[in-house]
Amino acid sequence: MKADPRGVLTGAHYIDGNHACSEGAIAAGCRFVAGYPITPSTEVVERIAARFPPIGGVFIQMEDEIASSIAIAGAAWGGKKAMTVSSGPGISLMMEHVGLAVMTETPCVFVNVQRGGPSTGLPTLPGQADMMQARWGSHGDYAIIALSPSSPQECFNLTIDAFNLAEQYRVPVFMMMDECVGHMTEKVVIPPADQIDVEPRHFTDLPPEEYLPYKADDNSVPDMVKAGDGYRIHITGLTHDERGYPVISADCQDRLVRRLVGKIHGNVDSITRVEQDQVEQADVVVVSYGITARVALRPIELARRNGIKVGHLRLVTVWPFPEQMIRELSGRIKGFVVPELNLGQVVLEVERCAAGQCPTLLVDHAGGTVHDPDRIYQAIVEAAK
Amino acid sequence: MSDTETGQKVRPNRPKGIVVIDRDRCKGCGFCVEFCPTGVLALSEQINGKGYHPPEAVAPEKCTGCGLCGMYCPDFAIFGYRPGKHASEVD
Amino acid sequence: MTTVVNPVEPLLRTERIPHIWCPGCGIGTTVNCFARAISESPDIDLDKLVVVSGIGCTGRVAGYLKLDSFHTTHGRPIPFATGLKLANPELKVVVYSGDGDLIAIGGNHFIHAARRNIDLTVICVNNFNYAMTGGQVGPTTPTTAVGTTAPYGVYERPFNLPYLAASCGAVYVARWTAYHVRQVAKSMKEALHKKGFTFIEIISPCPTLYERRNRLGDGLTRMRFYKDNSVIDHDADLRSLDIGFEGKIICGRFVNIERPSLIEAMDTRLSDKLGPKYQPIGNGT
Repeated sequence: MKADPRGVLTGAHYIDGNHACSEGAIAAGCRFVAGYPITPSTEVVERIAARFPPIGGVFIQMEDEIASSIAIAGAAWGGKKAMTVSSGPGISLMMEHVGLAVMTETPCVFVNVQRGGPSTGLPTLPGQADMMQARWGSHGDYAIIALSPSSPQECFNLTIDAFNLAEQYRVPVFMMMDECVGHMTEKVVIPPADQIDVEPRHFTDLPPEEYLPYKADDNSVPDMVKAGDGYRIHITGLTHDERGYPVISADCQDRLVRRLVGKIHGNVDSITRVEQDQVEQADVVVVSYGITARVALRPIELARRNGIKVGHLRLVTVWPFPEQMIRELSGRIKGFVVPELNLGQVVLEVERCAAGQCPTLLVDHAGGTVHDPDRIYQAIVEAAK
Repeated sequence: MSDTETGQKVRPNRPKGIVVIDRDRCKGCGFCVEFCPTGVLALSEQINGKGYHPPEAVAPEKCTGCGLCGMYCPDFAIFGYRPGKHASEVD
Repeated sequence: MTTVVNPVEPLLRTERIPHIWCPGCGIGTTVNCFARAISESPDIDLDKLVVVSGIGCTGRVAGYLKLDSFHTTHGRPIPFATGLKLANPELKVVVYSGDGDLIAIGGNHFIHAARRNIDLTVICVNNFNYAMTGGQVGPTTPTTAVGTTAPYGVYERPFNLPYLAASCGAVYVARWTAYHVRQVAKSMKEALHKKGFTFIEIISPCPTLYERRNRLGDGLTRMRFYKDNSVIDHDADLRSLDIGFEGKIICGRFVNIERPSLIEAMDTRLSDKLGPKYQPIGNGT
């Protein structure tokens, strides 16, 4: 399905990542946003508040992030594509409802414009220290999809991807932006609507007598309905059977939770998006994501000029993590370099998957600004030894 | 047929209402017995499968089919109706 | 042959009956009232009637009703319902939940929804404690009553719910007890037919926990208590509606006013500012 032209601002724009994200959501067909002000994310909802009314969208500033994060679930079950936007402290508040969306298989998008943490931290400065929170922030066993844009253009493109993945897998999808990419102004090209692919909601063909809200094969996604269509569904966050009715038993738990996790991890190959540059012949591979991937470009180029065979593996989807890719690489390279704007989060996944077959060098940073490229260069040199 | 003392018409022994009891759903709370306006019900001596004493109609002729028993019952175990006037009559 | 069924039956997911509520609990009684209100409202399309609940004993109502129903997180049925209604204004959305869920953890959402006057009917079954989790005290527990988290008796002042709702802007506010089955049904019917944030508090027995711990008898004793100790006064001063431990319970329909609902206000404002560029989302009736 192609994007609804109403609302697609085709053309070349000079806007920041936050604004590009708003446009991406609109292009993807999002027509409900609930949010709450928090630096450095607020511009996303401010633009939406202005853009929505003429194109049939509804924006509401809720009383807090907790309300915002469940209002989007209500809107999704009312038939709309829905999104909320926040940063560290607000995302922390939203975690219970990430879990509710996972458990009820409610498609929706959570945008986290990351800032320095923990707690109130550095409201106006970048960080990438919420990566593990995106993966595990809610309680229980579950799987999630998280995308990490490296430019305002990607803030546009990947927000569309986020909505599409949310519909395809009936799961909340995280857009892991950061203050730097969110407030960075660059050229963003918005194509014509008929060149933008959007995933429609997969509503069932079955009549109410035959439809079961949570009937699906292993690793599969059930078709959806919305309230008001006569299906008389019951949706609960309690562990439930195919009818959606609560069943408090280990058996039911096993069946349901394994399917919820398998839905993502069993389809990792279809979901994973990475960008590979000269990884094939590499001795050292830099694994990066988000704004740090931009910073890594200079040291990689310098290292190559100085004779080091450096590959760049940029994670566009950080979750689910591309385990197989890292596993294979670790068998034939001298080492990984993982620069991230935190004290070591995604590096843990790289190390886990490398399983000691090659060293992994973390270039950490507590946040507040981007890396000094020289530190990344030194790590590449070290890894190449 | 009329009652010669009061002049009121008296029907032959047919209650205006009928009370229907699902004994197995009952949890013996006693609301229906208490709030039946004409005293049709009392908790029976017998017990149901869950060990509760469900109600029984000890004075069924007094049932007016007002439906209050059903309104009060938290377990959906009883209701009253007036034959011919009941919305939920289904063929 | 004619089969007569319990009037509540068509509204129930009968495959899930018997329900989990205790003997003498009043929640089931309120469900009968809801069924009566619905049956007297042929204008309400049951396919468009949605029930949203939170967590707690009353929260389980959603699971027993054969309507589109959502059993959400603790304290949050109101914002969920807000999103649902804004996404599809044709839906008639009812929030059916308990005192702890709606007023403690859900308190913030409650006051804002009333302030906004989002078109919702909120049915709050108040049994003075957190029953599902074993009888802890809550913000409606009368002073001096005991609960598991106040073993020496509550020393806080509880909320006066009708006053709270009215002060935040609710357009319809009523309080009844589970004894007042006819009035509860009537209030539910009125609230369902009224635009804006409508609120009904229904005092209910919790014989297993609140009543037992406070030695107040069983469900039947409590229903008799409500009958003997409640006073109906629609014109009561809202400030006088506090409920003391074993005190009088003033019931009635205290507020019934008109003001634009959230969607009406939004449509008016945006149409004003944007003219024909804006398509109103409400049906305007």
